[in-house]
Amino acid sequence: MIKMKDVHKKYKNGVSALNGIDIHIEKGEFVYIVGPSGAGKSTFIKLIYREEKASKGSVVINDIDLGTLKEKEVPLLRRDVGVIFQDFRLLNKLTVYENIAYALEVIEESPKHIRTRVMEVLDLVGLKHKARFLPDELSGGEQQRVAIARAIVNNPIIVIADEPTGNLDPDTSWDIMQTFEEINTRGTTIIMATHSKELVNTIKKRVIAIEGGVIVRDEDRGEYGYEA
Amino acid sequence: MRTEVNTDMKLRTIRRHIGEGTRNIFRNGWMSIASIGAVTMTLALVGVFMAIVLNLNEIAKNIEKDVEIKVFIDRLATEEDIEDLRGEINELDTVDTVRFASNDEELLSLAESMGEQGEAWLLYQQDNPLNHAFIVQTIEPTDTEPTADQIAEFTSVDNVNFGKDVVENLFKFNNFARNVGLVVIIGLVLTAIFLISNTIKLTIMARSKEIGIMKLVGATNGFIRWPFFIEGMLLGVLGSIIPISMILFGYSFLEKLLVEQIHFRVIELLPFNPFAWQLSLVILAIGTFIGVWGSVMSVRKFLKV
Repeated sequence: MIKMKDVHKKYKNGVSALNGIDIHIEKGEFVYIVGPSGAGKSTFIKLIYREEKASKGSVVINDIDLGTLKEKEVPLLRRDVGVIFQDFRLLNKLTVYENIAYALEVIEESPKHIRTRVMEVLDLVGLKHKARFLPDELSGGEQQRVAIARAIVNNPIIVIADEPTGNLDPDTSWDIMQTFEEINTRGTTIIMATHSKELVNTIKKRVIAIEGGVIVRDEDRGEYGYEA
Repeated sequence: MRTEVNTDMKLRTIRRHIGEGTRNIFRNGWMSIASIGAVTMTLALVGVFMAIVLNLNEIAKNIEKDVEIKVFIDRLATEEDIEDLRGEINELDTVDTVRFASNDEELLSLAESMGEQGEAWLLYQQDNPLNHAFIVQTIEPTDTEPTADQIAEFTSVDNVNFGKDVVENLFKFNNFARNVGLVVIIGLVLTAIFLISNTIKLTIMARSKEIGIMKLVGATNGFIRWPFFIEGMLLGVLGSIIPISMILFGYSFLEKLLVEQIHFRVIELLPFNPFAWQLSLVILAIGTFIGVWGSVMSVRKFLKV
């Protein structure tokens, strides 16, 4: 599913964010990426949806070598990878419904399919009754659930979440985690970068710890391992 | 990956782009108004200036058209000589028309031009001191002088007159005015392009987050670009409405004022139909082009990310 071999990433400003990453993540896994700030977690995640390109080594997603992926094929990769951020990244001028439908419009799905599918995912994240609301009219947790709905509406094979609970209170974070677990049980691979010790230590999954751009720990049902 | 990039756009998608581009204008409220305002201001200036410069050019052209060469024929020339001379003048490439004016006609027009005092000239009718003449017009007004010089060399020609000093100064002034007008119009159009594309760039920069999200959910560059294309085009078209109305109403008002009320026949404006319509079309075309160009160029910058 996701294979990285001796991956290095050096930015133009000279910063080496990753220094030789080797990893193999199977289909349907739920993986936490942990580590101190500036360890390289975000860069690791950006490589998966081709926001960044590896300076050295190979990144293969679902048998596609991202090193040789043409620029015009990047949108196609993105349709197989749903991405969720700490700051939600919703379009504030569009309603909840429109924000989610947008991801299907870009792949030119039929209006009928879009209507059905958007309502399905809104149901899954528990926001069917707020379809006509604007993002600003929702709480942080609700906005994050809209972002999750948008990420999965396309039935992606991988969902990447970069600190999805970073801006949310503990109760809301648990709700969001439940939603991720539900998505995961349907066979979608989930990769989540997080600083939340409680989440990692309570909902036990595979833990990959990155420090100084290298993997220092990779454990099934691991612990967070840092002071929160 | 699941599909190939879909290059044939579905009708539904085209409708979506048009709808999205139109909605964006309303969604972006003040930014759209700022863009339309910039388009309106600059196009109004371009339109007014073009109307002035093109009319001045027309007036100059009309004055130049009135420039003619008067060829006074030797008083001793026979009718045969006169016909030979007409043939020679007609053979010149630069000559458009040749008209014969007998010395009687010349005397009459001289007398008429002097009003009551001119009547005295009519006493000379029995023994007319004037020459027969050819009135020659060249195809290009600027060929007047060289043509006159050539004709002066022909036999049976007594004298050639075309108001040398006046004509030379007129041409110099007209050329100067035309060049200045052209420079001003080009300058204004360039300013318009710069101003409008910068305003549009600002509205799009404010939406870089939106473009980022579009890319994130897998929109192709073409899919992202189209609504902006439509939006730019609409901004240009909306921005041309006021300048075009100004030209149409202002021009028809001015034309009526000059022609009907003041009987101002010395300066004749270009006729409202088709001139004002043509100018409106040009303004619409400039507005549309600049709107589209400004937005497409600005989006391109963000698509590279």
